[in-house]
Amino acid sequence: MNTDKKRGIVLYLHVHQPYRVRNYSVFDTATNHDYFDDVANKQVFEKVADKSYRPMNALLQKLLDKHPDFKLSLSITGTFIEQATKWAPDVIASFKKLVASGRVEIVAETYNHSLAFFYSRSEFEYQVKLHQDKIREVFGVETNVFRNTELAYNDKLAKWAEEYGFSGILAEGWDPILQWRSPNQMYRPAGTTDISLLLKNYKLSDDVAFRFSDRDWNDWPLDADTYNDWVGMSADGNSIVNLFMDYETFGEHQWHDTGIFDFYENFVGKWLGAPDNTFYTVSGAIDAFPPVAEISMPVTVTWADTERDLTAWTGNSMQQEALRYIYAMEDDILRTDDVQLIADWRKLQTSDNFYYMCTKWFADGDVHAYFSPYDSPYDAFLFYLNVIRDLRWRLHQDHHTGGLNG
Amino acid sequence: MNILMLGWELPPHNSGGLGVACYNMSKALALEGAVIDFVVPYQAEHTGIDFMTVHGAVDLSPLQRFNLGAYDIYTSKDISGLDSMRSVQQRYTKFVEKMIQITKPDVIHCHDWLTMEAGMRAKELTGAPLVAHIHATEFDRSGNHRGNQLVHEIEYNGLMMADRVIAVSGITKNIIIDKYKIPADKIEVVHNAIDTTELNDGYKYDNRTYKYLEALKSEGYTVVSTITRFTIQKGLFHFIRAAARACEKYSKLVFLLAGDGEQRDELIKLAADLGIADRVFFTGFVRGKQWRDAYSVSDIFVMSSVSEPFGLTALEAAHHGNALIITKQSGVGEVLSNIFRYDFWQEDVLANQIIGIATSDALRESLQQNVHNEYARLSWDDVAQSCNRVYGLAQKGIVV
Repeated sequence: MNTDKKRGIVLYLHVHQPYRVRNYSVFDTATNHDYFDDVANKQVFEKVADKSYRPMNALLQKLLDKHPDFKLSLSITGTFIEQATKWAPDVIASFKKLVASGRVEIVAETYNHSLAFFYSRSEFEYQVKLHQDKIREVFGVETNVFRNTELAYNDKLAKWAEEYGFSGILAEGWDPILQWRSPNQMYRPAGTTDISLLLKNYKLSDDVAFRFSDRDWNDWPLDADTYNDWVGMSADGNSIVNLFMDYETFGEHQWHDTGIFDFYENFVGKWLGAPDNTFYTVSGAIDAFPPVAEISMPVTVTWADTERDLTAWTGNSMQQEALRYIYAMEDDILRTDDVQLIADWRKLQTSDNFYYMCTKWFADGDVHAYFSPYDSPYDAFLFYLNVIRDLRWRLHQDHHTGGLNG
Repeated sequence: MNILMLGWELPPHNSGGLGVACYNMSKALALEGAVIDFVVPYQAEHTGIDFMTVHGAVDLSPLQRFNLGAYDIYTSKDISGLDSMRSVQQRYTKFVEKMIQITKPDVIHCHDWLTMEAGMRAKELTGAPLVAHIHATEFDRSGNHRGNQLVHEIEYNGLMMADRVIAVSGITKNIIIDKYKIPADKIEVVHNAIDTTELNDGYKYDNRTYKYLEALKSEGYTVVSTITRFTIQKGLFHFIRAAARACEKYSKLVFLLAGDGEQRDELIKLAADLGIADRVFFTGFVRGKQWRDAYSVSDIFVMSSVSEPFGLTALEAAHHGNALIITKQSGVGEVLSNIFRYDFWQEDVLANQIIGIATSDALRESLQQNVHNEYARLSWDDVAQSCNRVYGLAQKGIVV
């Protein structure tokens, strides 16, 4: 028990937009190499900027200005930064201003929001470095704590992160792993000595991220007093409460008219109204609280779905084939030194591409759980497959490497 | 509950899906306790139907009545065909008038324009509520062309007079709203189902029926089929043109067109004009083993309809392990998720989908397996329950 430290919330928000592949037909293959739907991507970006990025950054700035103890951490993907730079430079400027406060930490991840860790260690490491470079270039800060795409975590990843030099890593605080232990403590990944593990308090995180506007939920409507009580009870006698969620929770998943912005502003005020309470950045929490115990996750755990696994990205044969095809090209692609080809290949690694091919909700008949720009997962796979063929065509035609096979 | 069911055909004396749907729906309703009097416009034995009473209204054999097919007659230019159809309908209505003097139904359930006049007359004489079940409108049958004005009028009157309307899909519901100006809250969508027990009758695929296609398959060809009537409603010109587009990019494709209809010769000519005559197989009208084996030899089933209220053949194709590609203008697409869809005029989209399935085992197997797990969930018991709910609303006489 850390009696000399204030109990605190570790708020961490994940910021991401993918490049969505357009309805790329077999008649485009070997003819056009423009795979991404610029019009649709721009439209989505501008919509989410208006609904979420602009109002939420304004709120975060307000909270930072008003409360000296308010702090948070953000992970911002490379694909987000690229699109924001093109289509909403004011959004980048507002993120820069937040980071300039010194109380907003940027968390490291793969530049392309990819699952490369599970398919190519060299590509994975390259994307982490690419992201660090981009964050340094845009925000002028270093990253010290790592999160993997979809919070996909296992012991090997922790070992890698330690060796790479990160001081902390994020994961899901999943009950079957934790058992009697609380997610509100700092842990040490099994087999490491120098890195701390922060586990998401998924109950309190998901109350806001998923249930806030659910009218069938017993606790709807949730107000700031109640939520403050819950967080207080959870943190009682403990050190930290890790509230990890998608940034787009604010304004996009939970619309403005649900009251999400007012709710959060009130909640932060109430939490900091008690003298024992504070906020920590991820690094701040790691500095303040040494690990209390070791935790092992030999099998990959994610923050997704009730299964907390990777089946939404790798569960069916179409996804497995698509992933196999894209990573099988690695050597041939990189050898070309063709900047455009390599950039296209990396954009295609973004995990959203594989998520759109997920059929497990279709199998359950619960199509509504499925968010996708495509009519069906089969369309997603079909367009992706035509793009894969075009990549092979470019390798074959322009670089005389690789086969066309299929 | 006594139901006066006004139909045009029942198996085995049916020419299409209407008879199958009426049979299965009535059977499921009888299982729920309904007493059904089912009227058909011909005299014949219906062996195997013991769950309701079948009444032959007109002194015709089923074969004579076939010449007055429920769907085909007025697409021909032969006005005398429609004349004799009208006289059968009038005799049908007279029979129903006599019948209701003996037993008064709790609800009158009529199917399509053919029996609507009898339904309206029965309602007038008994005061019982009328439910009009729409399996197809004149707009569907004429492929969105004008169709026959007299049929339109009968449909309009029937829809207006009905206490409730059942549409077999959201597409059909929208047509009823848009073209006939019937208020949306009077119409319930009740999708058709499929009776899988009937298909599981010990059938085994005979790979000798389409021996040449089997030989092509063993050489790596993919068989793309459609089993349908060759009428304007089915959008087959687009299908053939899409086939030609697909063949430009991928050579190992063959197309099986099973069925017959007035467009047959033009379709054969179009395939030749496009230079793919040797890739397109016309079987003519298929029944029995040839019909089922056509589904079985096929890898991909395409429903290219311009306007298809439901489309039972898609479910039959799913049962036989096909991957499905269905136009967005076909109602059956509303109840299946594990399929490809396209707008009927999008020939390149269809070609792209065909090539994708033909060239990816993962895609083909995913579509085939997932739709096979999906289609059988559609049950006639659910249809019967929905009908009972509609009867309840019709009897209350309120629009909810």
